[in-house]
Amino acid sequence: MAEVCAVIASTHHPFYYRASTAVGDDRPPFADAWVEKIERFRETLTAARPDVLVMVGSDHFHQLWLDNMPQFLVGKAPAYDANWYNEEREFGLPRFHLAGEEQLSEHILRQGLDAGFDLAFSNELRIDHSITCPIITLRPEADLPIVPIYTNIFAPPLPQPKRFVQLGREIRAMVESWPSDQRVAIIGTGHLSLELGGPRQFGPQGPDPEFDRKAVDWIANGDLTGCLGEVTLDSLHLPGNATHGFMDFMLMMGVAGDGVKADHVDSLDLFHTMEAYFTWYPGGDPR
Amino acid sequence: MSKYLLDKFLYTVDRDPELVERYREDPEGLVAWWEAEMANKILNVLAEERSTWLAFTEEERRALVEHDHVTLFSMGAHPFLTLTLFIAMFERDHGPLEYQKAYGAALAGFSHPYPDIST
Repeated sequence: MAEVCAVIASTHHPFYYRASTAVGDDRPPFADAWVEKIERFRETLTAARPDVLVMVGSDHFHQLWLDNMPQFLVGKAPAYDANWYNEEREFGLPRFHLAGEEQLSEHILRQGLDAGFDLAFSNELRIDHSITCPIITLRPEADLPIVPIYTNIFAPPLPQPKRFVQLGREIRAMVESWPSDQRVAIIGTGHLSLELGGPRQFGPQGPDPEFDRKAVDWIANGDLTGCLGEVTLDSLHLPGNATHGFMDFMLMMGVAGDGVKADHVDSLDLFHTMEAYFTWYPGGDPR
Repeated sequence: MSKYLLDKFLYTVDRDPELVERYREDPEGLVAWWEAEMANKILNVLAEERSTWLAFTEEERRALVEHDHVTLFSMGAHPFLTLTLFIAMFERDHGPLEYQKAYGAALAGFSHPYPDIST
């Protein structure tokens, strides 16, 4: 069976690419510290020697739209083009072409449907920065086949937080039951407190540093009991109007396992939002 | 009132570079064209198989024509869509992050709960 060689949860900051490649007067003062943290984070994936990446993210109204909105969707295609005109325009993101691991997509769809998750699928999916940001930070060679999984954290009505956790647990089990000798890293990205298009956006820190501190503790300690005890669809409005992206972190806590402490924990207080990076090694730390 | 139709406007304009420029330069003309040609076009469906029932209210039309992001927020238009499109149109006229901060400051009168964005 396949081995889960790493579980990785991260924020996806679309400004990283531009900040990290800027030079001279264009280079922001925090860029060097940010790059240093990302390079350490990247090493946690490299050390796991993955063959395949399962990548959990959320389409930001690019291909998925309100006339036909899935809650959870699995890509099943031999290839994925990536990034969109408005991401090039606003963030300077480059375009990508990534190979797909169709056999694992097929396995996840079948097993997920049989386990009670009515997963939608796509045979032609152009992916966005929720998945390409971790490619840029963790695997800039973009040389591994992927299985993209999209969640709806964006267009209410949304699934309950516990459903994200349940799906995360199921993704872990499904990858581990894939009849293959491949080493699979499961990578998911979301947000801590975040405000977009509201009065608290683009402040000197994220909109709710207290929520961020608690969230980092929940994730680092795998504290699903504490997290599920406090987080509801209603409560996530309070830290910032885009904080429902935190449910993708909760999904990744489900993948990592209840009570399992992360082997790598790091964060960076930036303007607008806090960055946070976590890696678990289910089979032991290879570093 | 149709939050869905406001979001559809913001979404279809934001993803098309030509429409972004037309909306910046001639908002009244672009909104009129969009409502006539696009409001009832089901995306990914042939043009003749269009919807028949979607139209802006006068207040929605005015908010779009006036580039009034505060009123769009109050109506429950999706804040991500509004922000992304308005940055595309107006960031170029300002210094780094200046537009984004002013955009947020203009919304300072809102406190929790924010207007519902469910469609």
